[in-house]
Amino acid sequence: MTNLDIWTYSVVGFTFALYIGIAIWARAGTTGEFYVAGKGVHPVANGMATAADWMSAASFISMAGLIAFNGYGASVFLMGWTGGYVLLALLLAPYLRKFGKFTVPEFIGDRYYSQAARIVAVICLILASITYVIGQMKGIGVAFSRFLETSYELGLYIGMGIVAVYAVLGGMKGITYTQIAQYVVLILAYTIPAIFISLALTGNPLPQIGLGAGYVENGAQTGMTLLAKLDQVVTELGFKEYTTQVMGSYLNMFAYTLSLMIGTAGLPHVIIRFFTVPKVKDARYSAGWALVFIALLYTTAPAVGAMARLNLMDTIQIGPVGSEEGNLLYEDRPEWFKKWEATGLLAWEDKNDDGRIQYYNDQNPAFDEKAESFGWKGNEMVKVDRDIMVLANPEIAGLPNWVIALVVAGGLAAALSTAAGLLLAISSAISHDLLKGVFMPGISERAELNAGRLSMIFAIIVAGYLGLHPPGFAAGTVAIAFGLAASSIFPALMMGIFMKKMNNAGAIAGMLAGITVTLLYVFQHKGIFFIPGTAFLMPELGMGPDWFFGISPNAFGAVGAAVNFVVAFVVASVTKAPPEHIQHLVEDVRVPRGAGEATGH
Amino acid sequence: MTPENRAAYWKANVRLLFILLFFWFIVSYGLGIILVEPLNSIQIGGYPLGFWFAQQGSIYVFLVLIFIYAAAMNRLDKKFDVDE
Repeated sequence: MTNLDIWTYSVVGFTFALYIGIAIWARAGTTGEFYVAGKGVHPVANGMATAADWMSAASFISMAGLIAFNGYGASVFLMGWTGGYVLLALLLAPYLRKFGKFTVPEFIGDRYYSQAARIVAVICLILASITYVIGQMKGIGVAFSRFLETSYELGLYIGMGIVAVYAVLGGMKGITYTQIAQYVVLILAYTIPAIFISLALTGNPLPQIGLGAGYVENGAQTGMTLLAKLDQVVTELGFKEYTTQVMGSYLNMFAYTLSLMIGTAGLPHVIIRFFTVPKVKDARYSAGWALVFIALLYTTAPAVGAMARLNLMDTIQIGPVGSEEGNLLYEDRPEWFKKWEATGLLAWEDKNDDGRIQYYNDQNPAFDEKAESFGWKGNEMVKVDRDIMVLANPEIAGLPNWVIALVVAGGLAAALSTAAGLLLAISSAISHDLLKGVFMPGISERAELNAGRLSMIFAIIVAGYLGLHPPGFAAGTVAIAFGLAASSIFPALMMGIFMKKMNNAGAIAGMLAGITVTLLYVFQHKGIFFIPGTAFLMPELGMGPDWFFGISPNAFGAVGAAVNFVVAFVVASVTKAPPEHIQHLVEDVRVPRGAGEATGH
Repeated sequence: MTPENRAAYWKANVRLLFILLFFWFIVSYGLGIILVEPLNSIQIGGYPLGFWFAQQGSIYVFLVLIFIYAAAMNRLDKKFDVDE
């Protein structure tokens, strides 16, 4: 074992022992504790746990990698996954807390006085959550494959096993306290390397400032800002300019951001967090505290992405572009390069047989002539999985081993905490909403708990299987999950609070229309249930890639949500208004006073 | 609580929401996406301004908006005597 291995095993082992210890110590005894931790959670603590729940493998492992390669275009993730908290705090959290139930489908079923609405909500919730867990599985697979130096597939199987043990034992109470521990681990793991790297590249320890600061080379200021330097380095190799490259089009970025924002406010595992605070007032502040803890990572991520890209380019392009000695010799490649090659997530192919690595944009016709004159025969980095960037970043920057070990532990914490929260949402939807709520009202508490645990295991297996061939990078896959939540759950919740006259028929029709439109568009591009080879774009009908105004499937939730609102509105206006007592219920939800404990009945 | 009072409370609440959501929209979609190109010609702390709003500034403003909301609503709750 190398020194790095020892560090990694000890840090990961220690953090795991900590989480499992807390989970066992806080083991849930009753159904109430299993789902919402008995309401005794302080807003700051709740905010921290929400942040851990929220920041998944997509945020921790994947997002900075996407920023590194998409530059400005990746701003959709930064704005989308934080701006959603504004919607959540202002439009949903306080009212749902006042309503005081355990689950999101329960609210929808009661508000729309309809078991059918509740069942539709359960289906939407499960579709969104499973897709989300697939994204986590991708992240877990990447982290474990690197950590144990195995293939991605084997890493994924091991990760599934650990998630299963972890989520099935816990329940919400265990999860709340464990998640606070996980937040601490993951935020340290994210910011410490960022501070080191920012210091090395700019002389400024704060990544938020360092990203804009002057670029330092060999200990001296170059008179150039870091961003200007990065723009120069990437454009010299035919890539798009970092600070201005757009993802698709501005319209696509608009839709993408919107989809992520409203999806944030529609995801059950986040909403459920606001049932666990004592008062309506606390629900408002909890969303704010959650965003404080989230913003710590999200304002650091742009620096991590940009600096990782710069370091990666500099590692491979060691001299002037086009000069004979300008590219790194393959046999001189650093240790981290070899380790990632072993996972299959990084691959090199010597296209011009010179033994050196050429990494440039061979899809850019304007650069072809130049490349040819250098004797380059195509981009030789045939695979650079975006999701490895954050984990590889400290190694690329040559940071000490303990920092690298910490990052591995942080990535695992992020993936595990979110996967556990989502699995809880899935299991409560099945055992609490479907079984106890609809099909078997007489079920005992113990049987309900066991049914919940069984559905968790089932969800892990499905998500793991689909995670073998994920429909995109972790953050992209997760974006689809947000689109599904945005197009179904969020509009139903919002109209339930803000439109007294919204009725059962309108809400059900809206949810069905919204999620169907979104799913069809996604499946068309990514395959039916993401199974490879089942995509069914029909070019003869004018359905090329992203055919609808250039909006990508990941961003389509915004369109789905619009469809949901319109359909719900039209259907509600031609069907019977909701009964008197439901309208009173809505009025009651709008006023904070009298919020009791969350109940299951 | 009288129905009139209830309606006035809700109206004040919705008004606050509109004001805050206006700023929410402007910092992200407005300054970060729609107006990003003209704003990028201005540099601030080494960042092109539009890029800064998209990757940093909007997040800080979101934070401020939520805390303003929570504080303003608490005041409103007391004024209408509906606090807990």
